[in-house]
Amino acid sequence: MAEPFHPYLPFLLWWVPLLPLIAGAVIAILPNRYGRVASQIATGALFLSCLIALAALLCSLTPGKMASSIPAVTWLTFGDVALQVGLWLDPMSAAMAAMVTFVALWIFVYSIGYMEKEARFGRFFGFLSLFCGAMLFVVLSNSLLLLFMAWELVGLASYMLIGFYFEKPTAAAAAQKAFITTRVGDMAFFIGMIWLYRQSGTLLFYDNGNGLLESGVLHSLAGATTVGGLAVSSAAALLLLVGAMGKSGQVPLHTWLPDAMEGPTPVSALIHAATMVAAGVFLVARTHPIFSAAADLNGLSLPLIAAAWIGGITALYAALVALAQTDIKRILAYSTVSQLGFMMVALGTGGVAAAMFHLIAHAFFKALLFLSAGSVIHGCHEEQDIRRMGGLRHAMPKTFVTYAVGMMALSGFPFVFSGFWSKEAILHKAQIWPGGHGPFLLAGAAALLTAFYMTRQALLVFFGVPRRPGVAHPHESPSVMLVPLYVLAAGAVLLALVGTPVWPWFEEWISGESARFDSGALMKPEVMHLIGLSLAIVTLGVGASWAIYRNVSSDSQAADPLAGKLGGVWRFLEQAMGFDALYEKAIIGPLAFFAGAIDALERQVFVPLMAVGESCVKRIGRWTGVSDEKGLNDGFDRLCSGLQNRAVSASRSQSGRPQAYLRAIGLGMSVLLILYFWLIA
Amino acid sequence: MTPAWTILSAFFGALLVLLLPARMAAVSRIIALVASLVGAVAAAASCLARLNHAVVWDFDRAWIPTLGIRFHLAADGLSLTLLLLTGLVAVAGVLFSWNVERRPRAFFAFFLTIIGGVDGVFMSRDAFLLFVCYEIVILPKYLLIAVWGSTNKEYGAMKLTMYSIGSSALILIGLVVAYGASGGTSFDLAHLASTHYSPALQAWAFPILFVGFAVLAGMWPFHTWAPTGHVAAPTAASMLLAGVVMKLGAYGALCVALPLFPEGFEQWKPAIAALAVIGIVYGALTALSQKDLKFVIGYSSVSHMGFVLLGIAAGTHWGLRGAVLQMISHGIIAGLLFGIAGRVVYERTHTRDLTALREFDLWRTLPGAAIGFTLATAASMGLPGFSGFVAEISVAIGLWESSPWLVPAVALGIVITGAFSLRALHKAFFPVRQASDTTALPLAPLTWPEISAISLLIAVSLAIGLYPKPWVDLIDDGLRSPLFHSILSQP
Repeated sequence: MAEPFHPYLPFLLWWVPLLPLIAGAVIAILPNRYGRVASQIATGALFLSCLIALAALLCSLTPGKMASSIPAVTWLTFGDVALQVGLWLDPMSAAMAAMVTFVALWIFVYSIGYMEKEARFGRFFGFLSLFCGAMLFVVLSNSLLLLFMAWELVGLASYMLIGFYFEKPTAAAAAQKAFITTRVGDMAFFIGMIWLYRQSGTLLFYDNGNGLLESGVLHSLAGATTVGGLAVSSAAALLLLVGAMGKSGQVPLHTWLPDAMEGPTPVSALIHAATMVAAGVFLVARTHPIFSAAADLNGLSLPLIAAAWIGGITALYAALVALAQTDIKRILAYSTVSQLGFMMVALGTGGVAAAMFHLIAHAFFKALLFLSAGSVIHGCHEEQDIRRMGGLRHAMPKTFVTYAVGMMALSGFPFVFSGFWSKEAILHKAQIWPGGHGPFLLAGAAALLTAFYMTRQALLVFFGVPRRPGVAHPHESPSVMLVPLYVLAAGAVLLALVGTPVWPWFEEWISGESARFDSGALMKPEVMHLIGLSLAIVTLGVGASWAIYRNVSSDSQAADPLAGKLGGVWRFLEQAMGFDALYEKAIIGPLAFFAGAIDALERQVFVPLMAVGESCVKRIGRWTGVSDEKGLNDGFDRLCSGLQNRAVSASRSQSGRPQAYLRAIGLGMSVLLILYFWLIA
Repeated sequence: MTPAWTILSAFFGALLVLLLPARMAAVSRIIALVASLVGAVAAAASCLARLNHAVVWDFDRAWIPTLGIRFHLAADGLSLTLLLLTGLVAVAGVLFSWNVERRPRAFFAFFLTIIGGVDGVFMSRDAFLLFVCYEIVILPKYLLIAVWGSTNKEYGAMKLTMYSIGSSALILIGLVVAYGASGGTSFDLAHLASTHYSPALQAWAFPILFVGFAVLAGMWPFHTWAPTGHVAAPTAASMLLAGVVMKLGAYGALCVALPLFPEGFEQWKPAIAALAVIGIVYGALTALSQKDLKFVIGYSSVSHMGFVLLGIAAGTHWGLRGAVLQMISHGIIAGLLFGIAGRVVYERTHTRDLTALREFDLWRTLPGAAIGFTLATAASMGLPGFSGFVAEISVAIGLWESSPWLVPAVALGIVITGAFSLRALHKAFFPVRQASDTTALPLAPLTWPEISAISLLIAVSLAIGLYPKPWVDLIDDGLRSPLFHSILSQP
């Protein structure tokens, strides 16, 4: 197993994450006026990195040599215990690395056009490169420690990119909110990691049988129990899940993700749709053996059940909220939250491969949607409100086509789009889950709403009449922005080929089996059943939306047709069910109050305490001073002045007249002589 | 180069600076830089030698034989890393003080004296000598703040000195108790530590000695000297205070109080851990509502030093190692933060008020400082890749063994640290403004001493964060000393 695929691979694989990181470092020290050069360095480094990642992907296709460890570096040692970091290449990480580099490469190309007029053009590419390097370490890491370190760096890069327009109050606030909220999740991850380390003595995933994800350690983790009889593996997995919820925007840690749309659109596409937010899903997929270590006979364990339910709730919640949004990017952001919920459902119900397939398909079509939305925003002169768009299919025909592909893939239009098959696989897993029908029903309802709100968005943006009179004409984007759209659109469609029930190549590759072609699979009753259901869901969602939004008013101020029917519920959805307000009241408020109170304590108690101490000391000092002055000192003074007087009178003899001195000497000499002879005698 | 060069170069440099004639006052900074560099290089060379298993340097002469006091200096791996820290902070401190115009000779003489005293503490193997070196630091510290300081400097200097002297008194009592109880024949630390004191004596003597040291490490509730002192001090002195002087307290607590009274430590461990955690959260929360940039850093120091005390309180190998790592990490990062806030920014804007700084639009007018402070903030938040992360994870692993229920409190502290760090960073360097508002005038660009000092400290923090193994190996070398046997052999 430790045998590498290819003699050069261990050496080369390190360069996949290192190249973008180095590019980021080089750009950091490059003066800002070399923006063009910076973008070339960043894109070039990522291109090389992408080539290696694709080569690694090809290597991992070799049957029988599915996984390979890249030798670890000892990061810290303690006696015979070492904390090591290394890389791990298996189908899952190979697919992720290839996806990240490929999608990111096209987003870089797009950004060259999109960010062209930006003053901080070079910095932007520096941050993007830093992000890619860190993200690639997340996916390729062979140790929880390295994964966590990269995970934090990814968060840092995300923070800097959300706050790219930090002069804008909303962007500055969104950046800090994102960082702090995800950090709450990260700390749970941190604690879970320490727990796992203390329990098992290793953080390496695979280590010739001694790794965290290998049966020996898993067995001991599942065997040890903690508070309430919970297996340690499950407790630690729950903590990792909280970390994943923070990064992947699962309810209730999701509120930062819609706000993160304050970042430039390519950032939303790369980080807050395609890659980083999927890191949480990837973490759960990677550590899935820990989640299921203490599973019962039905394959159920507490962390898995939690993941399934949280995913289901998130999927439905975000789809509901997306119904009532009017900002083109916020709708997509909520749909990202919702789709991440789908992936969590898949992980919870045992479909790691289904989750990974949806993750990768989603990366393609959601990046495509965001970039198309960026093209729309660009073409409409920075307008983001879909109520003020309309009729754009005539002005931007190419963007319309790519957007339509993305929208149909996300809504799950049947057969030719990857989103249909990936979502179908998830629903299939959820349906046969022995833990109950809740997640399946939640996900099904979310799928219906997805088709509904995506159709609404498409109708409001591209159909009807222009609802923004009196501004310059919208225009189509340059080809540097359009080519990436074509490539991603092709990906969103072609990926469908590897994930159908007829040829479930992807699923079997991820699970380490060799794929086989089975044309009969499509005809199995349960598959037919589910395909029928998916079809019904999509048709219903699209149809209902079409009925409502087909003839939307040409007035951009008019209320949404649904708003009147839903009334208070609509407003509730518009405000994302009040999570932000709740957090403001329940967490931010008390925290600020507490900080203020402690500051007051510091000023009102510690400083006065010091002052009291000081005045006490001073008072004692005055008292001792007085007693000193009157008692001890007076005596001393008297002694001193007495001495002084003596000295003064003594000094009178120092007259300076030699005769007087000689006289004194003569007198002294004679006294000495007399004494001498008297003593001799 | 032996480690002796650290202490020799500092004191010799101080003497040389004092002997300079008035007209050559400008030379004093060059002498100070050379002396600090010699110290840093000597420490680095000794670290490398020790990593290659060179013999531990040891210098032992009779000093006051009637009392059994010896002039005994030695430097194992732990001492060497702290000497290196001192050397690095000293070099950066001199560079950040390059433009001191007021009485430069006296300034640098005091500066180097502090360095020499600190080096002496880190190397003393005799409790009496350690105490003497400890005292050497106090007076120049007071004068540096009272003469060259700002913002309420007399108050800050006096408060700091009072706390220092009070803590010295406690330390002296503790040491004399140990000396008496061990037979009154020797102040040798190894001898004092090898004596077994009665549990009753340990139970009351340990807190006296420990608190004596911990005051200087900024332990809550004896921390208030730190923020006011740091703010009042001139930049180089803030850097020394936060960077190395606070470490004296932590070092004493770790290498004197613990080995002398291990059973007392065992008894008081939960109390220390509780105070440390309170300090972490309390310092972070207080920093969240400060208006002066230096106060933010001052309270963040209280919070960060809480990790050192917590690592010590864990009492496990991981915990002690984490404590030392955090001492080094905080020394570098606090030095950097104070250097940028106090020297680079304040000298140009003459304000540290977070609201007033907004008008300067610093990211645009002083980009070098903004980049440096951003990196320093990232390091201070404990982001991986920087030294703080290594320290925090080591402390947390160590703590998990002894009191896992405290780990969530630590995590809370880390989250709040993120909040106050970002708040200060945004307010001071990346203010919310109209993008078209470019009224703020460019400030003087960074000078070469500033750039080199910032780069040096960031590079060291990154070096530790990216590859901590050599540092940890050195610290472990020190922790293998017989001094710690009684602590680490406990179940």
